[in-house]
Amino acid sequence: MERIQHHPILGKTKFHQPITYTFNGKKLSGYRGEPIAAALLAEGIRVLRRHEESGAARGFYCAIGHCMECRLVVQGQGIVRSCLTPLEPGMIITEGQQLANEITGRKLP
Amino acid sequence: MTSKGEETDLIIVGAGPAGLSAANKAAEYGLRVTVIDEFPEPGGRMLGQFHEESGHWWVGKQIADELIAEAGRRGVRIRCGVSVYGMLKVDDRFEVSTSIGALFAPRVLLATGAAEIPMPVQGWTLPGVMSIGAAQVMANVNFVKPGRRGLIVGINVLAMAIARELSVSGVSLAGIVLPPAGPLAGAAAKPKDNLELLMGLSHLAPSPILRMGSRIARSCNLAGWIANFFPRKGIRMWDIPLQLRTAAVSINGNERVESVTLAQVDAKGEILDGSQWEEPVDFVALAGGLYPLAELASVAGCPFIYTPELGGHLPLHSEQMRTPVEGLYVAGNITGVESALVAMSQGRLAAASIGVDADAIGSGGDRIVAEAMEEVGRTRAAALIQFQPGIAEARRGIYRLWQETIEVGV
Ligand SMILES: Cc1cc2nc3c(=O)[nH]c(=O)nc-3n(C[C@H](O)[C@H](O)[C@H](O)COP(=O)(O)OP(=O)(O)OC[C@H]3O[C@@H](n4cnc5c(N)ncnc54)[C@H](O)[C@@H]3O)c2cc1C
Ligand code: FES
Repeated sequence: MERIQHHPILGKTKFHQPITYTFNGKKLSGYRGEPIAAALLAEGIRVLRRHEESGAARGFYCAIGHCMECRLVVQGQGIVRSCLTPLEPGMIITEGQQLANEITGRKLP
Repeated sequence: MTSKGEETDLIIVGAGPAGLSAANKAAEYGLRVTVIDEFPEPGGRMLGQFHEESGHWWVGKQIADELIAEAGRRGVRIRCGVSVYGMLKVDDRFEVSTSIGALFAPRVLLATGAAEIPMPVQGWTLPGVMSIGAAQVMANVNFVKPGRRGLIVGINVLAMAIARELSVSGVSLAGIVLPPAGPLAGAAAKPKDNLELLMGLSHLAPSPILRMGSRIARSCNLAGWIANFFPRKGIRMWDIPLQLRTAAVSINGNERVESVTLAQVDAKGEILDGSQWEEPVDFVALAGGLYPLAELASVAGCPFIYTPELGGHLPLHSEQMRTPVEGLYVAGNITGVESALVAMSQGRLAAASIGVDADAIGSGGDRIVAEAMEEVGRTRAAALIQFQPGIAEARRGIYRLWQETIEVGV
């Protein structure tokens, strides 16, 4: 999605230091310190996670840390809320994954 | 952080307008203050807010910057990116559990703000469906447009305020429509109740129809008015189509939002047969309203009361912002959903009470508290945005309950 480079009311926006990182193995760009969910949205990526049980695609919902919908995996940090976690150079990020279910016996595809 | 943790006089959870205002006042009284917030930057929900007030723009980010600069001058410690997930009172101090370890202080102020009420609509788990506040934060705080063209579902004061902000920020909106009628939506799906809610904002509305509508609504049969006079295609408010006779039926798409099925409804919110159509959009913002974010008060053992005018369940507190748990205070939207200016004055009031209880103010403390209480009342009476009708009265009810129970030792 489009970035707002100059905001009519808030003025010049805060994109200073461009960096690169990977998401699901793909190299992408963003700005240092912006929330991971925002960087991914700017790259057109909305699917942040597969539902643990159903595998259905999920994206961010509240963008302020309340709903936990935006969970994904940052190497070295584990599962984080991507709407609160600042992007760092070289981050290795993967979408939140569907899990096997021992109770129903469902295995991962 | 050492395993023993840090000692301060006051820990404030939440660096929004309430928490920052309280921190600055408490530091002015000589207390050592630490403010914790899990968002990457301080300012709370004020960061994304701006609205026009008689020709000039009120910009929340500017006020936040001023509060943060003052906090710096006064030596307030602000720690962002840190979540508080628990608290326990041991002897006469609190142990506050955070994502970077435990913090200790004899007094804690909870200024955690509000959260959005989820509003389920068929298809709402698709990526691209978000809460209205998320659209605000993406556009105005993170400066990434939430999508190319969006639809807002749910008509309330917050939805209208953010719709305006989004259109100023250059985000294209197909319109604002009602949620589908049903047990989950309740009154939110009824055109009549929505127009009544909007009256809280009608004085800001540039649209003569809306201003007229709210006047008529007050005096006579609103349902009939909508059925007969509200234009089928809606009216334009700040150039955004406000469609009081249209409801979202479902959100559709494969792994992302592609369209919303809309339908015409009657004044009761019932769908008119054969009136459905599809609107192509790539994001949907759901506006279900706000409720006080108060789990930490519950963890700390604070009793709760239910006050719908203020957003639902909230921690019992006195007019001076004390809770029944000694050393625990509340300020801002955790005590009920109101605007940022009210939250700021509540923060200053809480700091005054804390200053008195900590013997930091000396003589004249009672007068400072009384003045701060009056200021809260004045700010509330002058508030431009009221989230629900009946706030001042509901507040008086809470303070009465406090006097009748806690103060007399029940
Ligand atoms: C999504 C949303 C949009 C809003 N938009 C408007 C608007 O346009 N106009 C308007 O007048 N009002 C708006 N409001 C109402 C808004 O809550 C008030 O204007 C004002 O910001 C309330 O101030 P506060 O200090 O009480 O809380 P907030 O400003 O919400 O600040 C609370 C802070 O506490 C932090 N926090 C909460 N829990 C924890 C925890 N466990 N650990 C660490 N940190 C925590 C949060 O990250 C947040 O920064 C909005 C509210 C929400 C939720
Ligand atoms: S989107 Fe809700 S927690 Fe991140």
